[in-house]
Amino acid sequence: MSSFSVTEPSRRLKWIAGLLVVGYALVTLMPLMWIIATGFKSSSDSIAYPPKVVFEPTLEGYVNLFTVQNRASPEQLAANPPETWYEQIVHDKGMMISGPSRFGERFMNSVIIGFGSTFLSVFLGTLAAYGFSRYRVPLKDDLLFFILSTRMMPPIAVAIPIFLMFRATGLSDTHAGMILLYTAVNLSLAVWLLKGFIDEIPREYEEAALIDGYTRFQAFYKVVLPQAATGIASTAIFCLIFAWNEYAFAVLLTSGTAQTAPPFIPTIIGSSGRDWPAVSAGATLFLLPVIVFTILLRKHLLRGITFGAVRK
Amino acid sequence: MAEIVIHNLRKEFGSFTAVQSSSFRIEDGEFFMLLGPSGCGKTTTLRMIAGLELPTSGEIFIDGEEVGRKPASQRDIAFVFQMFALYPHMNVRRNISYPLASQGMPRAQIREKVAEVSRILGIEGILDRPVGGLSGGDRQRVALGRAIVRNPKCFLMDEPLGALDAEFRERMAEELRALHDRMGATTVYVTHDQLEAMQMGDKIVVMNHGVIDQFGVPRDIYDKPATLFVAGFIGSPAMNLLRFRGRLGIGDRQVTLHHQQIAVPAMRVAFEGEMVLGVRPENVRLSDDAPYRARVLASEYLGTTQIVTLQTEDGQIKARVTAQQVARMDETVGLTFNPGTITLFDAQSGRALRSELNEGVLQHG
Repeated sequence: MSSFSVTEPSRRLKWIAGLLVVGYALVTLMPLMWIIATGFKSSSDSIAYPPKVVFEPTLEGYVNLFTVQNRASPEQLAANPPETWYEQIVHDKGMMISGPSRFGERFMNSVIIGFGSTFLSVFLGTLAAYGFSRYRVPLKDDLLFFILSTRMMPPIAVAIPIFLMFRATGLSDTHAGMILLYTAVNLSLAVWLLKGFIDEIPREYEEAALIDGYTRFQAFYKVVLPQAATGIASTAIFCLIFAWNEYAFAVLLTSGTAQTAPPFIPTIIGSSGRDWPAVSAGATLFLLPVIVFTILLRKHLLRGITFGAVRK
Repeated sequence: MAEIVIHNLRKEFGSFTAVQSSSFRIEDGEFFMLLGPSGCGKTTTLRMIAGLELPTSGEIFIDGEEVGRKPASQRDIAFVFQMFALYPHMNVRRNISYPLASQGMPRAQIREKVAEVSRILGIEGILDRPVGGLSGGDRQRVALGRAIVRNPKCFLMDEPLGALDAEFRERMAEELRALHDRMGATTVYVTHDQLEAMQMGDKIVVMNHGVIDQFGVPRDIYDKPATLFVAGFIGSPAMNLLRFRGRLGIGDRQVTLHHQQIAVPAMRVAFEGEMVLGVRPENVRLSDDAPYRARVLASEYLGTTQIVTLQTEDGQIKARVTAQQVARMDETVGLTFNPGTITLFDAQSGRALRSELNEGVLQHG
């Protein structure tokens, strides 16, 4: 009855493998869980020693993140009874909301710059990769090497020349400047990744479309692009993760209008004491878009990782 | 329906010449074979006719119109790829209707056309299936469907049976030929399989190293090869080729091989030097009293016939004889060649020497 198979591991091995995976997941997820949990703690709970694992959740951190508050006298507090749940939270601390914080603005900057540069990288990258893959480009290998060479040092190594260039051209602290910068950094990755994917798509598909009466661009648009969707999705994720998380250039080149969330979140610490719940709330919200984007495209991402490994 | 004329067509890839000044004519409604080993330029020639490669020089006429520089989409031809190249993100119906959609044909008419084509090919049942899970034969039929749905001027096929299993291949070859006969459209078909070419083609072009070695009907190409390459490439087993030295005058009817006179078709040219005598295995007879002697090396039994391999003084030779004939190993026997079927070649150039047998073929070859 018992069947033996070379490829199927034994039950015990599967259990051990499962435990290892769960253990590893716990180790990697623990910091993330801690940040998310801290976002819902009160100020005192967040710095309690020994650390509190069980606590009474509060939205104080989130309210602090989104508002600017002033200490108020008891008379002022009595004169302005809280009307909403968040006013109530602030009121209970003996404070009053004097206006919204900059977090929303900074977060939108991250969205505009992150997704804008991702779109531009993938758009230009797809066109360039298609050209390199399908046409006889003069000096093709040299050009591809040149494109790759822009990745050979950490981008921050050229921070000073870029800082000077941005100052001279008026790109400092502008959305366009940051989109341009992140696109420039990501484009080489996008071209190389996408060229690999497009190389794997047999030319015959396009040729069939050409013969079926379509133009070269229609063949690209209707036949190649759907085939390259996997590559485009995984390239987009890589580009977005870089642009979204980038800190060093953002600190250096933005201060106001175009400041993204990464340089903004640490400033919360200074503005109203060590407000760890607000910092954690900011970090949690900051994580969400990339997580959602990755989950939406994860089917493609998984295929993207193994794509080209097996010759069909 | 179209006549295709190729005139001095040439294609270079950098310093490599894929096709050297080819010229031939494909008549309206012909099933035309481009045959040769891999790398001989046959696929490049086909792709130039299709518009997927631009010729370096030369002209391509489809129905009298020069199309060498026109994009593929404007040539009104259909192409069947070796790997079929069905659009993987579309189902069977959309694959077949895709060429019609590019012409902006109304939906109702497209539906009608697709239904008609799928009836011809017997694929009505799989129209709404994705192409990914189809068998090789069905993929082939879908690829054919996509080709015929538009009624193009001609069909170009690049080894369309190459990706199929052996059992399917024979059936699809018959289906293809039947389809061609029914539609009557000009078909240009690339293959490296000489049996396929002989079996299906009305006419064959044999190419080697970018050069057309011979152009003609299958029977002429088999019986009257124009070059040593064609003689060796066509036929299984290939033509026997015996090297010898000698001198021939115009009108001569025999050559001397190892001191034995062998009758050949009357020569139309004089020649002196290294020559090759070519004779098909089925034109070799074993007879005890013939003076040209050979030793039996091996015998392969094939049911109705057998292939006997013999060692002569001039090299090895294979004979296709009846299965009943007794051929014992190491026995020495006499050989006779059917004189009307022998071709002599210039060993240096590889070209056939003109004789009574092949003069008609070589003139336009």
